[in-house]
Amino acid sequence: MNYHILKKSGLDGFIRALARKMKVCAPVAKGYGNYAFEEVSSAKDIALSYIPTILPPKKYFMPQRERLLEFDISGEKPAELAVVDAPEMAIFGVHTCDLAGIQCLNMVFSEKPADRNYLRRNEKALIMGLECNGYCDGHASCALVGAHYPNGGYDLFFTDLGDRFIIHVNTQKGEDVAEGLKLPRATPADMAALDKVREEKRRVFQNEIGVDPALLPAIFDRGMEHKVWSELGGRCVSCGNCTNVCPTCYCFDMADTINLDMKTGHRTRTWDSCQLENFAVVAGGENFRKLRAERQRHRYYRKFKYPLEKFYRFFCTGCGRCTRTCMAKISLKETLKALAVGHGGRI
Amino acid sequence: MSEIINNSSWRLRMGRITAARRMTAAEKWFEIELEDGDLEHEPGQFVQVELFGVGEAPVSVCSSPTRRGRFELTVRAAGRLTTHMQTLKAGDWVGIRGPFGRPFPVKLMIGNDLLLVAGGLGIAPLRSLINYVMDNRREFGKVDILLGCKTPEDMLFGDEVKAWEKRLDVNFSCTVDRGAPDWKGNVGLITSLIPGVTIAPERTFAVVVGPPIMYKFVIAELAAKRVPERQIILSLERHMKCGMGKCGHCQIDHPKNYYCCKDGPTFTYEEVKAASRL
Repeated sequence: MNYHILKKSGLDGFIRALARKMKVCAPVAKGYGNYAFEEVSSAKDIALSYIPTILPPKKYFMPQRERLLEFDISGEKPAELAVVDAPEMAIFGVHTCDLAGIQCLNMVFSEKPADRNYLRRNEKALIMGLECNGYCDGHASCALVGAHYPNGGYDLFFTDLGDRFIIHVNTQKGEDVAEGLKLPRATPADMAALDKVREEKRRVFQNEIGVDPALLPAIFDRGMEHKVWSELGGRCVSCGNCTNVCPTCYCFDMADTINLDMKTGHRTRTWDSCQLENFAVVAGGENFRKLRAERQRHRYYRKFKYPLEKFYRFFCTGCGRCTRTCMAKISLKETLKALAVGHGGRI
Repeated sequence: MSEIINNSSWRLRMGRITAARRMTAAEKWFEIELEDGDLEHEPGQFVQVELFGVGEAPVSVCSSPTRRGRFELTVRAAGRLTTHMQTLKAGDWVGIRGPFGRPFPVKLMIGNDLLLVAGGLGIAPLRSLINYVMDNRREFGKVDILLGCKTPEDMLFGDEVKAWEKRLDVNFSCTVDRGAPDWKGNVGLITSLIPGVTIAPERTFAVVVGPPIMYKFVIAELAAKRVPERQIILSLERHMKCGMGKCGHCQIDHPKNYYCCKDGPTFTYEEVKAASRL
């Protein structure tokens, strides 16, 4: 695998060169300590040091609103067409937590029957990661789930070495970009500097909740009736923010719309949230998750229990967004700690 | 700048309604023929029915795959789409996705006695199995069918039910919650019928389909009869929106968080007994 070097002074040229070919998106400062992935045209738009964006980059692969089908009902027999809007694009500055999030969604949507809309958008994107040399803030728990180091999921991966980036090339698509821009190869001195960053990270990033992640499955196995859920239910306001901002949440709803011509229409997919009161209601009125406590519990099981058996990993990447966004100050770290109390699983 | 995806899982198969009949005040029966061939379903599976512009809803297939070419649905006006469906008639087109879901384990049932229990609209999915069993009657041991509904007027598939009553190779009984004075059959909950059935528990598969409230009581009766938990088969109800184990609406509160649409809707009691609600 190749490593290339990009001087920080050359970042602007790099972004501009990419932007001439395709849409380039990157984290942008939005004020009040908030950041968002947005289209950029030069490096000065980009916030290189940022806490996780309001929405994770999943919005580019699974947009908040997207058209799945178009149909025509003007004839005797209706006609339909499955469509996707998948532009060629580059996403720059994706932290390792969000790379892990994209990998989780890749697994979900490529599982048969595959979701071609998601996969098509994903394959058209050039993904460029950016390493966190230190914590973004105290809400992150990336070390708990091992998402503080890169584990693939990118074409190019940037690590800040002070005056320059060292870029790991993970795919031929990434190599073509690096070669096309004639980025020099990394020297042994650069490689040593990268090793030093990683070594330093080992000291900085420590398990954030003091509970061995290997014990979490057992903790959740016994946790269905734990009092922490009713406590969360008492505070949760069912706004659904936690799931909207989660890099691994993908629940959705669909609805048909008829156009004004009354002859054509389309089916739209929108984000949905298991935290909303009517999420598990069936026709006839039965609600299978009526209580806020049940819905919060469901969210945590969807992160720490169920995907473990199916996908061999937690569907939490430790980004901390759910905690940061929660109006009721429900903290993922505190919830896990509370759940582990009495289990004897502390380290 | 959209592109067309021909292999999209969201594509619909066009189905033409070949026959439609009102069954009760709230339920209508449809026979549908797909333009592109057979549905290729198995007993216990469901389809997503699309009414263009209205939306989509999951509906159990109530016909047996042994009767190929067309399939049947029984739809109760319960939500927006199913209420709208009541206006459909022969000749109308609908969009169909599917079949979806894990079917009843018919292969495992071969050589065993069957106790088939349906409450209310549960007869719709169970009928796909009942007719499958009728068409493959030789493969199974003793067959008991228990049916419960609110009143005699609510009974679905009345003609077929009469035929089952007459057959010598199945034992059929039915009960209503309340009957008119001229009702000569049983009155009471479906659980009251189970003690009267002779069961060899080790070689019996009990298949139970009905409203969530029914499961608890029927399972208790089956447990009293010592039917093994993995031979009690349930078909659970949830809102299965996508049918592909993705949209999240049908997940069950269970340590394994089953997607009802993909891991189910049929489950053994052994699999789902840890669920906080059936």
